[in-house]
Amino acid sequence: MTSTPSAAPARPRARASRLRRRNTLIGWSFILPNFAGFALLTLVPVVVLFYMSLTDWNIFGTSNFIGLENFQRLFGDGSFRLSLVNTIYYTAMHVPLTIIVSLGLALLLNNRLRGVAFFRTAAFFPYITSIVAIALVWNLLFSPDFGPINEGLRFLGISEPPGWLTSPAWAMPAVVIISTWRDMGYYMVLFLAGLQTVPRELHEAARVDGANALQRFVNVTLPCLRPTMFFVTVMLTINSLKVFDLILVLTEGGPGQSTTVLSQFIYRKGFEENSFGYASAASVVLFALCLVVTIIQYVWNKKRTV
Amino acid sequence: MSETMTLVAPRATRRQAGSSPVARRAGRIALYAALIIAAAALLTPFFWMVMSSLKEANSVFSVPVRWLPEVFVWENYVDIWQRSDILTWIRNTLVLSVTVTALQVLTGSFAAYGFSRVRFPGRNGLFLLYVATIAVPWQSYMIPQFIMLTNAGLANTLWSIIFLQTFSAFGVFLMKQFYETIPEELSEAGRLDGLSEYGIWWRIMVPLSVPAIASLSLLTFVNTWNDYLGPLIYLRDPSLWTLQLGLQNFVTSLYDVDYGVLFAGLVISVLPIAIIFLLGQRFFVEGIATSGMKG
Repeated sequence: MTSTPSAAPARPRARASRLRRRNTLIGWSFILPNFAGFALLTLVPVVVLFYMSLTDWNIFGTSNFIGLENFQRLFGDGSFRLSLVNTIYYTAMHVPLTIIVSLGLALLLNNRLRGVAFFRTAAFFPYITSIVAIALVWNLLFSPDFGPINEGLRFLGISEPPGWLTSPAWAMPAVVIISTWRDMGYYMVLFLAGLQTVPRELHEAARVDGANALQRFVNVTLPCLRPTMFFVTVMLTINSLKVFDLILVLTEGGPGQSTTVLSQFIYRKGFEENSFGYASAASVVLFALCLVVTIIQYVWNKKRTV
Repeated sequence: MSETMTLVAPRATRRQAGSSPVARRAGRIALYAALIIAAAALLTPFFWMVMSSLKEANSVFSVPVRWLPEVFVWENYVDIWQRSDILTWIRNTLVLSVTVTALQVLTGSFAAYGFSRVRFPGRNGLFLLYVATIAVPWQSYMIPQFIMLTNAGLANTLWSIIFLQTFSAFGVFLMKQFYETIPEELSEAGRLDGLSEYGIWWRIMVPLSVPAIASLSLLTFVNTWNDYLGPLIYLRDPSLWTLQLGLQNFVTSLYDVDYGVLFAGLVISVLPIAIIFLLGQRFFVEGIATSGMKG
């Protein structure tokens, strides 16, 4: 491996800078086709978003700079507060439930059992199925009077099973069940990949020391899974905070406003009422929420590893 | 010492310390029971969907619940083509999915080469910018994006969705992760043979990264096929509707929805994705696992 194919150059410094310029040009030529689109469709809108949130931008495009007025209005807006509370309620249920179920499935599949390959395929099916199909099927399954779920509950002796998606109190839990069903195969795959990195010797050593299965799980498996757990928690939290399409198709935020989440508030203000400035302010809140959660989890994870 | 360890270790893995064969068998039965219950929970909704697509309109809702249709109404699968514009929806969805996938793989792997093989100032900062946006929810900037695309005259055209979906940071990230695993010596050898950087990308990196390209293609295709929000916001004209949009409107627009026919439509919309997934499952799972390894 000779490093330079050509003979020693006369002016090495000039040559180095020419090489660097050439590399910069080549590098950018590779990146530019993607970057142009990425900048125009992601970076610029994010910057514009912050400006819009400080204006009264509406359907006519005329906009005046109004400072933080939108944000003041937001925090006095009952339906915004409700959508914020609903989003947090959904996140607080969906994140732990999905972690428990998908980690449980991954541990189950990590055993040498027959049919594991089939199961892994089956677990992935909900994740690749469209939201529309999922929503329509589960609407039937959860149907209070005609659905098989409530029929099963009645069979078990529960004479008045919940109204699920038609009841303000039960709609959100039903949404959480459906989205957990949808997501668990995806996160299970991530956990399975993480479990492959747990050294067998550690398990053996703990077993020799007399640790039972639970102790081994807590003291060997979980610490080894920390990087995966970090990634899964961040992704799940962000995905929960921005949840939208599933709820839109399942309940349209109802009954009442019982499942109206932050993204839907943004959608409603922006695309249905055309108050783009006001909707942008709510978007900034969603943006900040995701950012803060990511930073907290990142810092917390750093502290635990050091 | 090490010899006794190797003698003891395999046995310890086969038989847990202090558990009798009976307890062990009971444990395995419990594991299988858990597996079967979980599989049933996962697959029942799909079973329900397929069975409902073969029922008569008024027996989809029935008390007591019927799991199997009384008579198999295969006509549902004929009727859906006549009673809806499903052919238009399929065509639009297919055009979008194929175009977006091709463009995404092309520009994504091209950019990934720049990020992983060409050294120039500002490269790492730029890549960080890409990765950081993966954590930014699309819902938070969909409004300024919509206004920009509308001003560009692209709203209510298929182009809007193509632009929206093609330039994702995820594609660049996935391809770069894979390129990092290809030994630098190979591109170095190409350079010595007189290949340009573009030649190295096309002749060496692209052929070697077929598994990653397969992963990215599958994930992008499925994402675009299933996308609901993008089309909902941008495609107002019914002749531009995608499958998801069309089927959702089929439910809400009619007073008397024939649920048997509707579910036949759903099965038709899910089937291509299921087949693609079954054929390319390995790439699918690998793509997701690698994207998860180094978040």
